[in-house]
Amino acid sequence: MVDVAIVAFAQRPSVRNAVGDEVELVQPVIQQALEDAGLRASELGFVCSGSCDYLIGRPFSFVTALDAVGAWPPLCESHVEMDGAFAFYEAWVRLQHGDVDTALVYAFGRSSLGSLPIILSQQLDPYTVAPLFPDAISLAALQARALLDGGRATERDFAEVACRSRRAAEGNPNAQLRQSADVEALLGAACLRPPLRVHDCPPISDGACAMVLATGERARAIASARGRAPAWVAGVDHRIDPQDLGSRDLTRAPSAKLAAERAGAHRAPLDLAELHAPFSPQELILREAMGLGPQVAINPSGGALAANPMMVAGLTRVGEAALRIHDGRAGRALAHATSGPCLQQNLVCVLEAR
Amino acid sequence: MSIPPTPAGPALEFDPPLSPVMRIDCPVRLDYTIAAGREQSRFLRAMSRGHLLGRRCPECRKVYLPPRGTCPRCGVMTAEDVEVQPRGTITTWCVTNVPYEGQVLELPYVTASVLLDGADLPFYFLIQGLPADQIRMGMRVEAEWADTLGPTLDSIRCFRPSGEPDADPASYAEHV
Amino acid sequence: MATPDDSEVLKAPYALQYTYTRSTGPVLGHFFAGLMAGRVLGARTATGRVLVPPAEYDPDTGEAVEALIEVGTAGTVTTWTWVDAPAESAPLSRAFGWALIRLDGADTAMLHAVDAGSPERMATGMRVRARFAAEPRGAITDIVCFDPVEAS
Repeated sequence: MVDVAIVAFAQRPSVRNAVGDEVELVQPVIQQALEDAGLRASELGFVCSGSCDYLIGRPFSFVTALDAVGAWPPLCESHVEMDGAFAFYEAWVRLQHGDVDTALVYAFGRSSLGSLPIILSQQLDPYTVAPLFPDAISLAALQARALLDGGRATERDFAEVACRSRRAAEGNPNAQLRQSADVEALLGAACLRPPLRVHDCPPISDGACAMVLATGERARAIASARGRAPAWVAGVDHRIDPQDLGSRDLTRAPSAKLAAERAGAHRAPLDLAELHAPFSPQELILREAMGLGPQVAINPSGGALAANPMMVAGLTRVGEAALRIHDGRAGRALAHATSGPCLQQNLVCVLEAR
Repeated sequence: MSIPPTPAGPALEFDPPLSPVMRIDCPVRLDYTIAAGREQSRFLRAMSRGHLLGRRCPECRKVYLPPRGTCPRCGVMTAEDVEVQPRGTITTWCVTNVPYEGQVLELPYVTASVLLDGADLPFYFLIQGLPADQIRMGMRVEAEWADTLGPTLDSIRCFRPSGEPDADPASYAEHV
Repeated sequence: MATPDDSEVLKAPYALQYTYTRSTGPVLGHFFAGLMAGRVLGARTATGRVLVPPAEYDPDTGEAVEALIEVGTAGTVTTWTWVDAPAESAPLSRAFGWALIRLDGADTAMLHAVDAGSPERMATGMRVRARFAAEPRGAITDIVCFDPVEAS
C-alpha cells in the first residue's frame, strides 16, 4: 500500500443562503488549502470533487465549479455525485497507483436554494418510493421511532446528542448552530416529525471545503515545513445496505459496522470520532454499530447537527479529524460519512499520527 | 462476448392473467429560488443600465464576460471591472433549420459565438438582420438593445451586422 | 456602473419539472398491473421471503426471485411519523402519517401514507388497509393511501 496523508484542510463557515455561486463558494477554500500545502493547481497529480446538481437544479454544475481550480492546462480530474468524502476515497485509490504524489479533494453544496427534504426524495427508488415524495426528515423519523419502539433509545437520548453536539460547536467558528438549551428545555418543544423535534434535525447549510492529500515523503515534507503531523490514512472503506427501507432493520447500520472493521477502527484505541449523523438518533446507531465506547470523544466539532452542508458535511468530518491529528490533539481518529436515506451508505476512515 | 437474454421473469400464477405495465410515467417537480453569484448579479444589474460588465483576471489579465467569479485558467478570483463594448466579432456560428419543442424563433435562424471588443471569452447571441446563408466567421456585429432593459440577458434582443469590414482572422484565432 | 452593494445577489423562482418514462421489466410490470386491478403482488425469494414492493433480485443473496405471489391489501404499521403541513408533492393534502407497512403475507414493509386524521390514531402495530385509486394508471400512487382498520 502507498502511504497517504491529509496534509491540509480548509473550510468556510456554513450559513443558510450563502452569498455567491458555486465557484465563489469553493474558490477561497481551494486557494486556502493549496496555499496551506504550498502547491499550485498545475502541480496536482489528481483532483476530485463531490457535489450534487439536484441541490441547485442546475445540470453539470460541477463542471462550472472547475473554474475555481484553474483547469488550464487540463487537469487530471474526476467528480462524484456524492459527498466529498467519497471523492476523498477516490483520490486515495488514485494515489495508490503510485505515479502521482498529490491530490486535491473539494466539496461544495448549496442546500438552501430548494426544498432540501423534498429534493432528497429523488434519491430513493424511482418506481415505488420517489413518486410518493417522502421528505428526508420523515424518513429519519421512521428510523427514530423504530429505535424507540425497539427499546434501544429514548427521546432524552436524542436530545442529549443534540445538546452535546451544539455545545461542542461553540468552539467551532465554521459551525452554524453553536448553542443549545439544556435537555429539559429541548424535550419541552413540540415535535416536527414525531418523534423528532427541531433540535434532532440538522440546519439547512451552504458550505464548501477542500483538502490536500500527499503520499509518503511528499506528505512528510509538506507537513514538517508547516510544523504539523501528517494525518496518515490508516484505513478507509465504504459499504452499503439495501436500498429498500422496508427490508432493512433501520435501527442498525450493518454497512457502517463492516466499513469500520475493514478500515481497521478497532486495531488500536481511538481518541475521537467525527460521525456524519445529520439526525440525532443516527449518532446512537453509528456508535453502537462501530463499537465506539465512552472513551472515544464524539464529534468535538459539533458534527452535522451543528452544520450540514450537503455533499460537504462528510468530507468535513474527515477534515476535522485530520486537523486534530495535525496539531497533536489526537493521535488516532475515526471519520465517518454517510449517503442515502437513513444511513444507507457509510464510509469510514481511520487517521493516525505516526 | 455474448449478452445473455433478458430473463422472462419469475413465474406468476394469477387468474385472470395480468398484462404487465411495461412503462410508467414519473412526473417530478422541484421548486427552487435560484440565486446568482455576486459577479453574475453585478453583471446582470449592469445590463439593466445598458452596460456590459466584464471582470479581469489579476494574473493573466484576461477579461471574462459574463464574469463567473474566477479566472478558469488561473483559478484566482477576478478582481477588476472592465466595461466591454456591445460589438464584436463572430468566431463561430450555427444555423438552426429544424423545428423543435419550445421553439419561438422563425426558422432558419442563426446563433453565434461573439467575441466582444475588450473581452477574452466569446459569448453566445442570436444574430438577426441577414440571410442565414451569409453568416461567416470574422463578421463584425453590434448589439441591438431591447426597448425595456432589466437584469436579464433579454436586455440584448440580438446582434446585427455592424457594416464594418470583417475582422482579421488573427484577431480571434485564439478564441475559435 | 456596478451597484455599490454587491453583497446583494439576484434571486428568481425556478421550477425544475420533467417526466421520466421508465421501463419496468417483468417484476415491477406485474406489480403495477396488480395495483391497477386492486391487488398487491410480492416477490418470493429462493429462501421463501416475500418482498413487497417486489424486487427482481434477493437483496441478501443476489439471486433472481422465484415467483410473484399475491399478498394482502391490509397490513401492520412497523414504524410511523406524522406530517402536520403536507408539501404540495405529498400523497395527501391534509395532515397524514408516513408509515412502513408490512402487508399480510409479506416479510418486508412498504412506505406509504396513512390517512389517520390525527397522530393520536397512529401507533406501531396498528392495522391499515390500502385505499385504491378510482382511476388507476399503473403506478405506486394507484394506492392513494392506507386507512386505519378499526379493531373489531
